[in-house]
Amino acid sequence: MIRLRDVHVEKDGVPILRGIDLDLTQHRIGIIGRNGSGKSTLARLLNGIETPTRGTVELDGACDRKALRRAVGFVFQNPDNQIVYPIVEEDLAFGLKNLGLPKAEIAARIDAVLERFALTPLRTCLTHQLSGGEKQMIALAGVLVMDPRMIVLDEPTTLLDLWNKRAFMAAIDALAHRVVVVSHDLDLLRGFDRVVHVEDGAIVGDGSAGAVIDDYIARSQC
Amino acid sequence: MLTDLHVPGDSPLHRVRPLAKILGLMGLCTGVFLVDAGWLVGALGAVVLAGYALAGLAARHAWAALRPALWVLAAIFAAQVWIAGPAAAGFVVGRFGVLILAAALVTLTTRSSELVDGILAALHFAPRWVPKRRIALAISLCLRFIPLVRSVLAEIRQAQQARGLDRNLSAVLVPLVVRTLKTADEVAEAIYARSFD
Amino acid sequence: MDTRDTVFIALFAAIVAALAVFPPITLPVIAVPITAQSLGVMLAGGVLGARRGALALVLFLGLVAIGLPLLPGGRGGFGVFLGPTGGFLLGWIVAAFVIGDLTERFWTRLNFAVAFAICFVGGVVVLYAIGVPWVAAVADIPLGTALTGSLPFVPGDLVKCAIAAGVIVMAKRSYPIIAQR
Repeated sequence: MIRLRDVHVEKDGVPILRGIDLDLTQHRIGIIGRNGSGKSTLARLLNGIETPTRGTVELDGACDRKALRRAVGFVFQNPDNQIVYPIVEEDLAFGLKNLGLPKAEIAARIDAVLERFALTPLRTCLTHQLSGGEKQMIALAGVLVMDPRMIVLDEPTTLLDLWNKRAFMAAIDALAHRVVVVSHDLDLLRGFDRVVHVEDGAIVGDGSAGAVIDDYIARSQC
Repeated sequence: MLTDLHVPGDSPLHRVRPLAKILGLMGLCTGVFLVDAGWLVGALGAVVLAGYALAGLAARHAWAALRPALWVLAAIFAAQVWIAGPAAAGFVVGRFGVLILAAALVTLTTRSSELVDGILAALHFAPRWVPKRRIALAISLCLRFIPLVRSVLAEIRQAQQARGLDRNLSAVLVPLVVRTLKTADEVAEAIYARSFD
Repeated sequence: MDTRDTVFIALFAAIVAALAVFPPITLPVIAVPITAQSLGVMLAGGVLGARRGALALVLFLGLVAIGLPLLPGGRGGFGVFLGPTGGFLLGWIVAAFVIGDLTERFWTRLNFAVAFAICFVGGVVVLYAIGVPWVAAVADIPLGTALTGSLPFVPGDLVKCAIAAGVIVMAKRSYPIIAQR
């Protein structure tokens, strides 16, 4: 379980997050907020890309940035910035090689993840020739292949069309992992177990998806 | 992988190991500069041209390799005729011709991916202080991002075209550089998130 | 040297490669066409600094050497280094380093004029100091002749210095990389 205690983040002297306390226990958690509210920074704290200026991010009661990074996978908004290798299977192998796994295990894991999402035909394709939807699926596969306990997704559907968005969210829904999604797409989060509303670096709403989202919409109208 | 200059084939020259070809090229290069002799340049020129025939390459491949250097070679020829006479001029320009053709022969018969693999394999044996994984990452990243930067460049030029600024280099380069730097920061984050230190 | 630096090096090498497809611009007064790629050399040093800028060029030229057609007109392979102007290509590495080093030194005072002077020193003086003697040596011609033969390119290079200086100053204002070290 991940727990944030009194987390503050400052960049160049500007406060981004101010005293966040959060226990992530639910299965599906959404994070909403206006542009610049600090929600992306909050998401980035969850796997150690960002570190708190003050306060702690605990995984099972311990502060260990390396363990956090292993336990939490991260999917970015733009898959073009996440895919680092020219060929699909090389890219999927990248994270696994960093873990120092043996070759046979790497190949087996890549086979399994490609099969799971019916992506096997893309195995030897050039990554820059994939469609946007395919790229985002490969980015997700590259995270899942690392076998994380939890997955954080930062606006993962913003660049996708309606069809790809549905397919992508169906893949997310089918995951057994704990999932945290940062999104402006409120319909996407309606079915979630919990939604957190961040504004001006602080949590202003936290609870059931319906209540928090309705409040968020009401605020936007005044 | 990007398209390289490799011309597919199954000749002995295609099959020789890339390392052997590179060593051969280096030897030839040193040889023609150490031994200042016209007969050697002539002989090696014949050998290189025989190599083109052996590899099944056409005259246009040899010509394409020489063409970009033609103006400079012509200028050098003229300067040499004036300084040392036509024989010396022919020797100097002939030497360049042989070198350029020999190098192109290696390039035309070797896949870039073979050479990348060769470099990565060689890195395996590099001493400890060489940051092997970083070098391998940098090569892969560059190959991955050349097509992306090209499409960003095309996109920016179209956007500036709409404002009549597509021939203005600054109007194209500033957004290209800034966008690429931003991309780089996000890519670095993503690489970190994927357990690379 | 961390991951971020590795990514900057790789992506700037990709910029230099991408600039090869920019069509050469011929200025009305001078007949010599201006290619955008050598602008990438000045930008690599002026935007990334000495070490990262020079390494970006090492990576780029390494990819050219292994046969990728990344120079204007789709040229590449070992041959380009063995031709008479090979010194100018290898000189790009030193030019980027010198431009980067000077940019780091004058970082707080960097404006258009300073950036222009830096690009001129690194991208013209240093580059020619390597390229011209190289041509003279491999082509067996006197240094003076080689220099005279290279002079027609200088006006175009001055235009490039001006463009690069403008871009370097703009990049410093909107996304400074060197100061963040």
